Amino acid sequence: MEASKEITRENYKAYVFEKMPKSSHWKNMIWAFVIGGTICVIGQAFIYLYSLWFNAQDASVLASATLVFIAAMMTGFGVYDVIGRFAGAGSTIPITGFSNAVVSPALEFRAEGYVYGVGAKMFLVAGPVIVNGVTISVIVALLTLLFGG
Amino acid sequence: MDVFLMFVKAFAVGGGICLIGQIIINYTHLTNGKILVLFLIAGAVLEGFGLYGKLVEFAGAGASVPISGFGYALVRGAVTAAKQDGVYGALTGGLAACATGVSIAIVSGYLVAVLFRPRTKKK
Amino acid sequence: MDYYKKRTLNFANSYVMEGYTVAGPKENDGRYKGFFDFALEDDMFAQNTFERAERKMFEHAIEGAIAKANLNDGDIDAVIAGDLLNQIVSASFAAKKNHAGFLGIYNACATFVESLIVGSAMLNNGLDNVVCAAGSHFSTAERQYRYPLELGVLRSPVTQWTATGVGATVLSCRSESKVPRITRATLGRVIDYGIMDTNNMGAAMAPSACDTIVTFFKDTQTVPSDYDVIYTGDLGKLGSDILMDLTEQEGYDISEQLHDCGASLYWDEQQTYQGGSGAACSALIFNSVLLGRMRKGQYKKILLAGTGALMSPTTSFQGDTIPAITHLVEVTA
Repeated sequence: MEASKEITRENYKAYVFEKMPKSSHWKNMIWAFVIGGTICVIGQAFIYLYSLWFNAQDASVLASATLVFIAAMMTGFGVYDVIGRFAGAGSTIPITGFSNAVVSPALEFRAEGYVYGVGAKMFLVAGPVIVNGVTISVIVALLTLLFGG
Repeated sequence: MDVFLMFVKAFAVGGGICLIGQIIINYTHLTNGKILVLFLIAGAVLEGFGLYGKLVEFAGAGASVPISGFGYALVRGAVTAAKQDGVYGALTGGLAACATGVSIAIVSGYLVAVLFRPRTKKK
Repeated sequence: MDYYKKRTLNFANSYVMEGYTVAGPKENDGRYKGFFDFALEDDMFAQNTFERAERKMFEHAIEGAIAKANLNDGDIDAVIAGDLLNQIVSASFAAKKNHAGFLGIYNACATFVESLIVGSAMLNNGLDNVVCAAGSHFSTAERQYRYPLELGVLRSPVTQWTATGVGATVLSCRSESKVPRITRATLGRVIDYGIMDTNNMGAAMAPSACDTIVTFFKDTQTVPSDYDVIYTGDLGKLGSDILMDLTEQEGYDISEQLHDCGASLYWDEQQTYQGGSGAACSALIFNSVLLGRMRKGQYKKILLAGTGALMSPTTSFQGDTIPAITHLVEVTA
């Protein structure tokens, strides 16, 4: 090995980065787009379905709720993590990913019982979403009140 | 024809949001929880400026199904209620608007935990 | 290697009597199918939680090793064991079954080699028979160190797969027949080259493996070609490549001899990316594969270097880098 390429503690991170196998970025991105888009199309189909009986806003809420339920069941049957393995963000970012993030720790920690396991650990992954979401919604609403929106 | 066009828009916008997420994951190695929070805040802030609602009008489920749509729904709920009931509305509106989604996630999480067992991954 | 401390020790009478392994289903589908003493069909092992399954695997491996060496529970003076779970519960709970003294140890995935070193040192100080054991379980480790099993996540190409398995070794201070002996050992130091990506354990551990292996060669005035094989614990494919670059820089070319327990455990089709990780890797390979080959005379002299990454989820979330350690033993047939 040439002296100029000597690996030291200082340049170790850069050396490792060079050497690392790269994820196939294109493949990941295409899968994320396709799966993410498909989930949204299914959501849209439910919106149209529920529009037959409900007003537009309720139909949208119910469509999301339906997706949440379906994803929860898929998590239970052990299918969702299989999709997530190649879909990446395509299965994480839709509301179904939120559902998977709620259900999978609940399932995982059922061995610790329904209070300290399911109850306490359910929002292990998804908790930050609720906490940050509610906080920011209150802040935005208060700002709107202050400045008249 | 409108219906078909709406599906195309939902696919393109929903897929596009996920694509942006995947690009961020590829180049920053952010973990799942952080990605979810990032998109949630993005949706919430955009709605704070009244923008995300326009995207939802345009793409329907393509904008409301991604987690950014959840942030949008929280903020819209809080802001709408705040305009009616003041500070009280600001505190209750957000959660009220998302109560259905959160409740169903909790209940189905409980249900799945009762009915199923975690499996070891094969791959 | 800027400063020198005495790190290599000699063992006069540490005989490796028997090894016993319990392997998970995926491991038994891997490259060493059929080598293991006991293969699980289901990694729940007829228990209701994965943690209990891991415990039962420990009990089974320790009992199996004692029986295989034609000894009784009463012949064993001490059990030295560790695993990857918090408070090393699997090994500790399993030791309830034994009447021997128990030492619980932890050096992450280097635990198995650490147990061999501690065990050998005790044999030189009055004990007659000790059992050294280490292991890990994919589903318990995954939950503690990464994500819930059913959470859909894209795995990075540098990740490894925590191996499910437990290996136990019986060491004795004397032997009537000719068996392999642990002759020398080099203690690892904790080395941190600043890697923060918890997926990339191989890169975090490679500098420590290089430090220990090179120290051993320097201390004992040996060279890589004196050994049939050099097995590292769970560096994975990338980590092994890095290790070869690092040792070459120090003037030792180990590319001929180097194998990695983790990287060789699975077939590529099993999609573990960099191969196996976890305390089970070196425990399974040493007890099932290496001991067998030494008995057959295939190997005369080998080095086993257990590599361990010493972080916890807490330190990772707090933004700390990953320190690593490598312990090494020389085994002579």
